[in-house]
Parts: sequence; structure tokens; C-alpha cells
Amino acid sequence: MTLSFHAETFRDDYTFANSPAAIRAFPFPFDRDAYMYTVNIEQHVPGPVQSATEFPIHIDEHYVAEMRDRAITLAEDPLRCQSLPHMMTAEWDLLELLMTSMATHYPAHFTLSRDGDRWHWINRPMDVDQTFTFGDVSTLPQGPMEYVTRQCQGDFCLLDQREDNLWMDAGMVTSQADWSLDFDLGMNFMEWHAPVPLAHDLGVFERALKFLLNLQHGCPVRRLNWTMTINPRLDTSPENYHRWGIDKASVTPENVGDKVHLRVELQALWRLPRSNAIVFSIRGYLIKMDELVTQKKWARRFHRVLASLPQPIADYKGLGRFRDTTVAWLSRHDDGLPTSPGFAPD
Amino acid sequence: MSGGVQFPVRVAEIEAVSPAVKRLRLERHDGPSLPPYSAGSHTVLTLEARTLEGGTRRIRNAYSLLGTTLGGGPAYEIAVLRSPQSRGGSVFIHDQLAIGATLSMSAPVNLFPLHRTARRHVLVAGGIGITPIAAMARELAAAGQPFELHYAMRDEASGAFAAELAALYGPAMRLYVSQRQERIAVRDILAHQPVGTHLYVCGPERMIDGILGDARIAGWPDSALHAERFLAPEGGEPFAVKLARSGIATLVGEHQTLLEAIEAAGVDAPYLCRGGACGQCETPIVSADGTLLHADHFLTDDQKACGKTIMTCVSRLRGRELVLDL
Ligand code: HEM
Ligand code: FES
Repeated sequence: MTLSFHAETFRDDYTFANSPAAIRAFPFPFDRDAYMYTVNIEQHVPGPVQSATEFPIHIDEHYVAEMRDRAITLAEDPLRCQSLPHMMTAEWDLLELLMTSMATHYPAHFTLSRDGDRWHWINRPMDVDQTFTFGDVSTLPQGPMEYVTRQCQGDFCLLDQREDNLWMDAGMVTSQADWSLDFDLGMNFMEWHAPVPLAHDLGVFERALKFLLNLQHGCPVRRLNWTMTINPRLDTSPENYHRWGIDKASVTPENVGDKVHLRVELQALWRLPRSNAIVFSIRGYLIKMDELVTQKKWARRFHRVLASLPQPIADYKGLGRFRDTTVAWLSRHDDGLPTSPGFAPD
Repeated sequence: MSGGVQFPVRVAEIEAVSPAVKRLRLERHDGPSLPPYSAGSHTVLTLEARTLEGGTRRIRNAYSLLGTTLGGGPAYEIAVLRSPQSRGGSVFIHDQLAIGATLSMSAPVNLFPLHRTARRHVLVAGGIGITPIAAMARELAAAGQPFELHYAMRDEASGAFAAELAALYGPAMRLYVSQRQERIAVRDILAHQPVGTHLYVCGPERMIDGILGDARIAGWPDSALHAERFLAPEGGEPFAVKLARSGIATLVGEHQTLLEAIEAAGVDAPYLCRGGACGQCETPIVSADGTLLHADHFLTDDQKACGKTIMTCVSRLRGRELVLDL
């Protein structure tokens, strides 16, 4: 597939927008009219053509602009990308996974040739042509994880598995929903999930961890998570809260359609072969309310989900200052008709 | 889902590395190469063994992968001990399997991984338990990580790969031959290790228990102790099994595991290790007319006593009929 990449921004003048095709491909995360935390894990198998899950690694029209935004964030704060020394094998595993997947599914944009350990990587949209030796760090301009994730959409965490737990020992995290790699680095699955309300008592994390410890190579899984963001901003980090937190107060009944975004994370997990580590990818998608309501079913359903969302979840996701305004705005797009089952638009 | 990705392989080499141990080299024969894997991984082989009556019986056994193929490649290797009292998988491999035979092999799974933040690694193997341990030594040596290897065997002849390992690791390797009254002195070995050392042991059940027991007495934390108990599922008296959800009724034969009987009835049940360790095959029980014989290392004693679930890969029923929520 040949993509045409947008020239757009995720900060300052915020020119980000979705094409009609990107709207239809949006991974809408609600399959019913209410939301609660569950162990919503499924096999990461290919979804419908031109959907976010058509390929294991999804590259879309926002690729070039997102990679530019990541570079800006990294230049200001290099600690968004960190890796502990024992994660080097996992870094190479990740590089192999991403390069082979991108080259296989987007051959018009990426090419990978392998001759034993001699690899040749071509990234046309970013104008990269790199020959290197797989396994030899000195042949790349950055470490393998940083190198490949500067060229792949989505945030990434590398989890080491030991003591029947997963440890966040490396990552590239520049577009997170208000959590910090620098803070979570070295924590285990239960520790970094500690701030999440309700889910611990429901046993969600205990069951999810047990499942992930047995994740098999060749059988990746995925889940969806969501929050809301004011303005199409990728870098909603605690480090920069002073820059974006204030935007929550700027929502008015007049600007909801343009300012308020549903932010969905398509999270996928793969067992990595050499390191036995797990990679957790957090591929983020933004859609403004004006775009969302072009799909009648999504408008009705999101209105109902947001109106009935349990308070602890709304508080945790930080929706307090604009939830009521947004629900009121969405109510104009909800005629009360029943919604069809499943995620897809009608 | 169940067993995950399967690769079609052909037996490329068979070598007797000791009187009772054969090394098998298995090559993928449908084109693409096999994925790399980490030391401590195992694979599950699907064997179609011939029965005395002239039919075939499907046996699925887990084997540790030898060496490491960090680069991936065309072949994996395993070593198989001939154990006549087992359900027949190893006897089939030793007596019937020939070069050129085709088999199905699962993608590697690692339930016995190296601890990557350890400062030093003490590897202990008994008998055929050398297979994952040798892979660990190889990976550590390649990465330049400090380790020592202790390998116990009954007599000189039975120690598979002993000469090869001694040549590779020299002073980092010690052999113990029980016929010569040589015993692994765990306490002495552990006494001189720096903080942050991890211990790995694979071998017969009694040896593992002894070594871990000594390590605990010496004050080692459980988080630094790692063992792989290669539990070969045992046969037993036949019993009936009913699968409540799919409405299937079948019989578990005396040389069959519960899991194999469920698979033979056409149900794709979950599993990973087929050795009672990983927890993947845990299945809820609807009713049991008889006594549950729990043989796994996964359920706690309390869980075993209350009998709500069973690990189908190694456990069975002594009695008439087991009804499962499957
Ligand atoms: C192993 C890979 C995973 C990583 C690295 C990861 C990481 C995170 C992080 C950093 C947070 C934010 C916590 C905070 O507020 O500081 C989070 C939230 C959460 N995680 Fe995970 N997670 C993983 C897997 C899972 C899985 C498998 C589940 C399955 C149920 C899950 C469920 C959740 C939920 C429900 C939240 C709250 C999200 C919200 O309401 O916005 N996570 N996760
Ligand atoms: S398959 Fe691992 S415990 Fe049964």
C-alpha cells in the first residue's frame, strides 16, 4: 500500500487532522454502551483490510509528522528513551520485529535486505539508507531500540521476565497518557499499575500478568485502552504537564468538536525470541469529536459511555474539567436509537 | 491457540551420545528458517508412535533445546534419554524414529530462563538435565558472563556431552561421577559466591530438592534459585472423561495422558509445557467420580485438596469418570 503523508503538527498550531479513510480505520474501543476495566486481551491476528489491525505494525498517513514530533520531544528530554544494560538483546529483537514487519507490509516505503548479519535498511519517507551489522551496536547511529523506534509509530516498552513478573527495563515513550518512563523504569507489572483504580480489586492485573508470563513467540496479543486529550497533542507527559494541563480548562460548548479528542491506544504484546523479553507497543490514535460524530453509531455510543463512566475511572483519566461539557455536546448526536453490537461503524 | 505455532521438521541426524541418550537434529522442511530462541527453552514434539496392535498413537513430549541458536537457523537439536518406564515417547524415538522421518515441532517456549540481571550464574545439572544447562553455559560464554557449571552423572559413560563441555569450559566446569562417590557439595559451592549470584538446577526430582534445600539453609533467597523439573507424565489406570461443554465423552488409556485423550477426541485444549509447570492447561472440574491424582508443580496443596481444577498434562483420575468444564 502506498500512503501519502500529512504535513501536520501535534503542538503549537495543532494542524493534525484525519482523512475520511483514517476516520473509518480508527480503532474505536467500545463494543457496548458502557465501559469497565476487563482483561480485554485478544490474539493480534490480522483485522479487516484498511483497518488499524490489518498488519501487526500499523503505519498510516500521520507517520512522518509523528516521527518529527518524537524527535522534538527527545531533543528536549532525552530521558524519554532509556534502556538498562541487560536489555541489549531485547533491543535487537525489537529492531528485527519492527523492520521485518514494516518492510513486509509497506514495501513501497521500507526495504530490508539481510545477508547473514549484514543488514541494509531503507526508509524512504524519512530518507534513511543504513547498512549495519546485526548485533553490533557500533554500526548504528543510536542503540537498536532508539534507532528503530525513531522510525516507527507508537511508544514501546521492553519488559524483562524474571521472578514470575515483568519488569519495565527499557522503553521509548514520547506520546504517553500522563505517565513517565523515567519514573516507571525498573518497576514491575504490579508496581507500575499501582495508580489504576478498581482494576486491582477486579483481579484484572493478576489474571493479565499470569496470561502474559506464558505469552508465546509467534502468538502476539493486543488490547485497546483509551483516554481523552484536549488538542491533538502527543506529548501529554507528567514532565510537561505545565504545558498541556491548563488546556483542559479551555473547553467550552462552542469548541468541543474541535478541541476534545478521543485518544485510543492499540496495545500489542509480542514475545521476543532471543531475549525472552516481551515488547509492549502503545500505538496511539487521536480523533476529534467533530470527526467522531461523522460515524452515527460511534457518536451515540461514546455519548452513553462517557455519561455513564464510573467516577473513579473518569477521575483517574483526568476528564473532570471537560466531561460534562463534552457529554452535553455529544447528546445532540445521540437520538436514543439502539446501537449495533461490535466496534465497527454501521 | 493451544500449542501455538507448529513447524514441520525432518530428522536430519541421529547420534548416540551415550548408551542411553540420543541427540536429534531436526530441520525445518517447508522453506523458512526456524526462529532464534533463548537458553532454557523447550519445544514440544508430536510423535505418531506405532502401537503393538499396528495402529498409531499420538504422543506429545516436551524436550529442552540444546545449545542456542541465537541467530535462528535451519535446525534445532534435542537430546533424548531412553526411559523404558515412560509412556513410550522416548522408546519410540530410540527404537523407531529414523533419519528422514517427519514430525511436527512447536515454537520454543522458555520456562527456565537465565536471570538477566544476575552478577554470576551457578549451573547445576544431573543426568539428562544437562540439556537446558548446556544451552545456558553456551549463551553465558558467548556473552562473556561469569558462570560455573557442575554436572553430576551416574558413571563416566552415561554423561552425555561431558567431554565436549569439559573441552569448551575447562576450569569453569566440574564433573561428579556418583559411581566414584563424588557428590555435588552445594554448601561449599555456594559459600564463595558474590551477592547477586543465581543458581539454576535441572535433573532428577530428588537432586533438585536436595540442592534447593541446601541453598535455602545457606540463606539463599528463593528469587535467586531456579529449577526445571522435567516431569515426564506417567500413565496409570484408564478412566472415562466427559467434556461438559462440547458434549464429548472418551476414555483415557493407561499409556495416555488426560490431555492426549482430549486432543485425540478432537478438542484443541490449551497447553505449553506438558510437564505440570506452566499452568496453561488448568481446567475446571465439574465432577469427579474417584480420586484426583494431582502430579503437577503448579497448583498449591490447598488448590489440589479442594479439587476445583486439574492440570490435564500430567494429572489423572483413579476412578470411574471425570467431567470437565471444557
Ligand atoms: C505488560 C505490558 C504493559 C505495560 C508496559 C503497561 C503499562 C501501563 C502504564 C504505564 C499505565 C499507566 C499507569 C499510571 O497511571 O501511571 C497503564 C495503565 C493501565 N493498564 Fe497497563 N500495561 C501493560 C499491560 C496491561 C495489560 C495486559 C492490561 C490488561 C488488562 C493492562 C491494563 C491497564 C489498565 C486498565 C490501565 C488503566 C488505563 C486507563 O484507564 O487509562 N495493562 N498500563
Ligand atoms: S501444560 Fe504446562 S502445566 Fe500443563
